[in-house]
Amino acid sequence: MAENKHYFDLKDYTFKETPKSVRILFQVLKYAFLVVCCLVVIIPLIIVLFGSLKTHDEYIQSNVFALPAVPQFSNYVTAFNQGNVLRGLFNTMIILVISCFGTIITGTMTAFVVQRFNMMFTKVVKAIFLIVALLPSISMQVTVFQIVNKLGLYDNMAAPIIMYIGTDIIAIQIFIQFLDNISVSLDESAILDGCSYPRVYWSIILPMLRPAIATVLVIKFVGIYNDFYTAQLYMPSPKNAVVSTALYTFVGPYGAKWEIIFAGIIICIIPTLVIFLALQKSIYSNLVSGSVKE
Amino acid sequence: MSANVKQKRTLLEWVRGYTGQKYITTVLFLLIPIVLLTLFTLIPAVNMVIFSFQERDQLGVNPKWIGLDNYVTLFTDPTYLSTFKNCIYYFFGSFIQLALALLIATILCSKIKFGNLFKGILFFPYMMNGVAVSLIFRRFFQKGDGITNSEGTLNTILALFGLDPVKWLSTPGLVNVCLVFASIWRYIGFDIIMFIGAIQSISPDVYEAADLDGANGWQRFWYIVFPSIRSIVALQLVLAIKGAASVFEIPYIITGGRNDTSTFVIKTIDTAFVYKKVGLGSAMAIVLLLIILIITGIQKLCFRERK
Repeated sequence: MAENKHYFDLKDYTFKETPKSVRILFQVLKYAFLVVCCLVVIIPLIIVLFGSLKTHDEYIQSNVFALPAVPQFSNYVTAFNQGNVLRGLFNTMIILVISCFGTIITGTMTAFVVQRFNMMFTKVVKAIFLIVALLPSISMQVTVFQIVNKLGLYDNMAAPIIMYIGTDIIAIQIFIQFLDNISVSLDESAILDGCSYPRVYWSIILPMLRPAIATVLVIKFVGIYNDFYTAQLYMPSPKNAVVSTALYTFVGPYGAKWEIIFAGIIICIIPTLVIFLALQKSIYSNLVSGSVKE
Repeated sequence: MSANVKQKRTLLEWVRGYTGQKYITTVLFLLIPIVLLTLFTLIPAVNMVIFSFQERDQLGVNPKWIGLDNYVTLFTDPTYLSTFKNCIYYFFGSFIQLALALLIATILCSKIKFGNLFKGILFFPYMMNGVAVSLIFRRFFQKGDGITNSEGTLNTILALFGLDPVKWLSTPGLVNVCLVFASIWRYIGFDIIMFIGAIQSISPDVYEAADLDGANGWQRFWYIVFPSIRSIVALQLVLAIKGAASVFEIPYIITGGRNDTSTFVIKTIDTAFVYKKVGLGSAMAIVLLLIILIITGIQKLCFRERK
C-alpha cells in the first residue's frame, strides 16, 4: 500500500532505456528546483526575523543577511506595548470565537432546513444563497457601509462579527453539499422514534456535520485572521484594532523603524505558525474539500 | 365554546404534527440568516443599483438623480477603466502561478524525501496575514537610501552577483511585476494543495493498467493525470480570472495604489470612501459585478458541456 502513495515519478518521464546518469540528473534537478522554491519562500521571512532582533543603528548599517550581533528583544517589547499588537490579538480572538460559533450555528441550521425540507420557500432561499455568493465582497462595501452606519454599528466590534456571520455563504454551501451525502433514512428513523425536527437537527445532523464544521473552521480562521479591509473600514479607532489593522498602523509612526515593524510581523505570524504546525494535515484536507465544493 | 376548544386542539395538533413542525422549524431556523442576508447583502445590492444612478455622498444627504451620468463618466474618463490594465499583470501572473503550482504538485506527488517539509514551507504563506505579507514585500523590494534604510533583500541578493540596485517599487511597469510576484508568493500554496489533492485522488489501478500497457512518464501525465485534474485546473483558472479582476489587498498595502499600481477595486473603494462619490463607486461596483457574472456564466456553460 505504501507504494501506492507515490503515484508517478519524474524519473519515469525519461524513457526506460535512459542511462542511469540522466536519471540521477533528473533527481538532482527535482530537489534543486524544490529547494530554490522553498528558499524564495523562506528568505523574505528570515530577513524579517533577523531584522526584528537588531538595534536601529545596526538595522541601518548592516547587510540584511547579517545576523544580529547581539539579539535584541526590545523591538518586540515596543511592538507589544506601543504598537497595539496585544490588543489586536485579543480583539481578533474575540471576533474569531464569536463569529465561528455564530457561523456554525446559523450555517448548519440554514443548511438543514434548506437541504432537508423540500418546500417552495426553502428552494427559493437556497437559490438566493447560491446567487448571492457571486457578489464581490470588497466592492459591496460601498453600500454595506451605509447600512452599518444606520444600524449604529460603525466603529463597533459587533459590525465585523455580524458581517462574518451574516455573509458567509460559502459555509452554508459547504454544509449543504455535505448534507447531500448524508442519508435521509437516519432522519426518518429518528422521526419514527418520535424525535422532533429541532431534535433531529441537534442530535443527528449536527454531530454528522462534524467534518464539514472542521472545514468551515479552517476556512473561517484563515479568512478572519487575515482579513484587513473589514476592520480597516468599519473599526478605525485604535481600541478596536485587530491584528491586521494594528500591524497596518505601524507603517505610520514607525515608518522608518523597520525593526519594530518586523517584530510586529513576527508576533502576528506566530499564532498562525503554531496552528499550522499543530493542524497541518487537517488544514490541507479541509481546504481541498472546502474549495472543491465551492 | 366546544367548537373553539376543538379548533385550539387542532392548532396544537398541527404544531405537534410534522407538517406544522416543518413550517415552524423553517421559520425559526431561517429567521436570523434571512434577516442578516437581507440587511448585509440584499439591501446593499439593491441600493447599489439605485445609487449608481445618483450623485450622493457617504451620508446620503440630498441625493440627486443623474440618470446614466455615472456610467458615462466611467466609460469616457480614462482614469477609471484604465485601472483594469493592471489586472492584466495579475491575470498573466495567475497563469504562471498555476503552471508552477502544477509542476511543484507533480514533483511532490512523486517519490521524494522531505515531501511534507517542502509542502509545508511552500504552503505556509497562504496562511499568513495579508498585511504581514505586504509589509514583508515592501522590505523585500526596498531601495536603500543609506540614511534610514539599508538595501532591501532583493537588491542585496543582486549585489552578491555584482549587480546594481534597482528601484523596484518606483519604476513604472516593474512595480506591477513585483506586486504580482508577491501575490504569487502568497497564493501559490493553495493551488499546490489543490493539485496534490486532485492527483492523489486518481485511483492507483489506473496507473497499474497504464504500466501494463507500457506507458512512459510523459504519457502517464498527459493521458491519466491531466484529464483527471482538468476540472480542477479549469476551476482554479476561473478563480484566478475573478481574483485578477478584483485584486485589492497587496497593491493597496504595498504601494497604496501609487505609481500606477491601482486596481479597479482600489479605485472603487477610493472613489466611494476617499472622494466620497458613493454614486460613482456604486456604478463601478456594478461594472465589476457584471464582469464576474459573465465569467461565472461562461464557466457554468463550459462545465455543463463537458458533463
